[in-house]
Amino acid sequence: MQQMVIANALRDGLVIFLAENGRWVNAIADGALALDTDRAKQLLDVAQQAEQRNEVIGPELIEIEVHDDLRQPVDIREAIRANGPIVRGHPGENDESHGI
Amino acid sequence: MYRYDEFDQQLVSERVEQFRRQVARRLNGELNEDQFKPLRLMNGLYLQLHAYMLRINVPYGCLSSKQLRTLAHIARVYDKGFGHFTTRQNLQFNWIKLEDVPAALAALAEVEMHCIQSSGNCIRNITSDQYAGRARDEIEDPRVFCEIIRQWYTLHPEFAYLPRKFKIAVTGSPNDRAAVGVHDIGLRMHVNDAEKPGFEVIVGGGQGRTPHIGKTIRDWLPAKYLLSYLEAILRVYNLYGRRDNIYKARIKILVNHLGIEEFRRQVDEEWEYVKDGALHIPQEEIDRINAYFAPPAYERLDDLEQEPNGLRKTNDEFDAWMHSNVAEHKVAGYAIVNLSLKGPDRPPGDLTDDQMDAVADLADRYSFGELRVNHRQNLVFVDVKQFELKELWDKLKALGLATANIGHVTDMICCPGLDYCQLASARSIPIAEQITERFEDLKNLHAIGDLTINISGCVNACGHHHVGNIGILGVDKKGKEYYQFTLGGSSDQNASLGERTGPGFPADATVGAVETIVNTYLDVRDDGEPFLDTYRRVGMAPFKEALYGTD
Repeated sequence: MQQMVIANALRDGLVIFLAENGRWVNAIADGALALDTDRAKQLLDVAQQAEQRNEVIGPELIEIEVHDDLRQPVDIREAIRANGPIVRGHPGENDESHGI
Repeated sequence: MYRYDEFDQQLVSERVEQFRRQVARRLNGELNEDQFKPLRLMNGLYLQLHAYMLRINVPYGCLSSKQLRTLAHIARVYDKGFGHFTTRQNLQFNWIKLEDVPAALAALAEVEMHCIQSSGNCIRNITSDQYAGRARDEIEDPRVFCEIIRQWYTLHPEFAYLPRKFKIAVTGSPNDRAAVGVHDIGLRMHVNDAEKPGFEVIVGGGQGRTPHIGKTIRDWLPAKYLLSYLEAILRVYNLYGRRDNIYKARIKILVNHLGIEEFRRQVDEEWEYVKDGALHIPQEEIDRINAYFAPPAYERLDDLEQEPNGLRKTNDEFDAWMHSNVAEHKVAGYAIVNLSLKGPDRPPGDLTDDQMDAVADLADRYSFGELRVNHRQNLVFVDVKQFELKELWDKLKALGLATANIGHVTDMICCPGLDYCQLASARSIPIAEQITERFEDLKNLHAIGDLTINISGCVNACGHHHVGNIGILGVDKKGKEYYQFTLGGSSDQNASLGERTGPGFPADATVGAVETIVNTYLDVRDDGEPFLDTYRRVGMAPFKEALYGTD
């Protein structure tokens, strides 16, 4: 099972992913992908420390599928979180959106 | 409109400064999320799927052009250029940054707006008839009583931590446009046998996962007792409403558990303590508040014939708009105009910053600088001269706000759903988009006639699906979005809850199911019979058969 850590940033509330070296990134493609549960647990530990330092909100592990090098959360809710609302013609559509 | 006095302004300004300090402490790490969450919720700030969301109260749906320009400014500077009008006649911004919230609140305070009590287990923004003070069928202007109630509940110390949120709606008309039957408390003005106006008090209505139509606790209550009686109801609820189970905490559960007779007895007992005390409303106070809602300087005009400028006969689109979007005004020569926020280019209830500015300009030019938000997520100009209707229509059309669909299939109530909402189980906006597309043809739309569709993305029913003539409820079935249907719901003076048709439909079959329901109605209706009347006459059977076949 492949997993990533998702959270919301404190200052702007935007969805972020934990990357290598404890960095947080907006694009799912730039985040750290855990290929096994030990690595996933390590990532979650790092994320929870960031939460305790009040840098991020609600970090959690989510399951990821990879097709043609594109990462996609398995759960539809997390997929929408990762990709932004897919509302046609919406003026507020997530700038980073690449659709699901 | 009501204008803040020094107390209102001081209270709101002090709250802005208090929250500014709380945000600073959150940003510098003094407060963690658990500590900050209750503070931000008290100021209408949620954390949704993608970002923070700020919910701004629009008291009983009344908005000035100046206030709308401030909302446009906030949308432009602090958000992504749009806002979303809600069923509580409020406005939400979906992309606000925490660090910008104090500045946004300060801008709001300058135009007498705030977010206090737009979230949390307290009394929320009071809602009312969008035609208040202008409707021909009105007994008295409900805004006066809404304002008196607003002042009573704002920061009411006893009701800051109720078992659950609490919603009140008021109508001054026998034709209920404010859905008072599905509120925690609904107030419906009527005249008693002695020809005196007063309120029927309805209690324990609500939607969510256990929907109820409210029950009448008092047939007729004079206005002077309004606050004391509300206080008595809230006290009983505050004492005995359940706090152990969030799903059983609303007043509807208590009312149904005790039975309306016993609940009434307890309220009456409590009422005796407060009835003739400080909450008694003297007539002078009602008159004082009433003065804020004095009618604007109307010109002496005559009612025009049904065809302003003689254009209805030659312009089908204008004719359709006049038919569905324009309502009668109590003053001769004037009309009420509904601006549809349901069109092919927007999620239901959304307005961009530029449109907000343009609408504010039109409100100044055509409707004394005032507008209203209705609970079906549209805007209303309440004082338009009949002979200027065509000119206004042209301008609204250019803004994409003249879709002739008010009360029709595409005028849907629709919650933000899983595209934005933390609680949602399924998306609702894409379903609304598909319905808009399928029923785009104006002639067809008007041939179908009055038919409301309400869509919720989860059982919390923010999209009022229980009281849509057709209700659509999004559910999550093993990770896939499904949509269940209810039929026969209504939130008017004869309110009813919709009945479930049967199993739900996958997302790609949902708009087809809507079409099946509509076509079945067209097959079985009598001439000129609205959907709801047909459903109440023929029942579920033909619809069920059309949707699921016979077996």
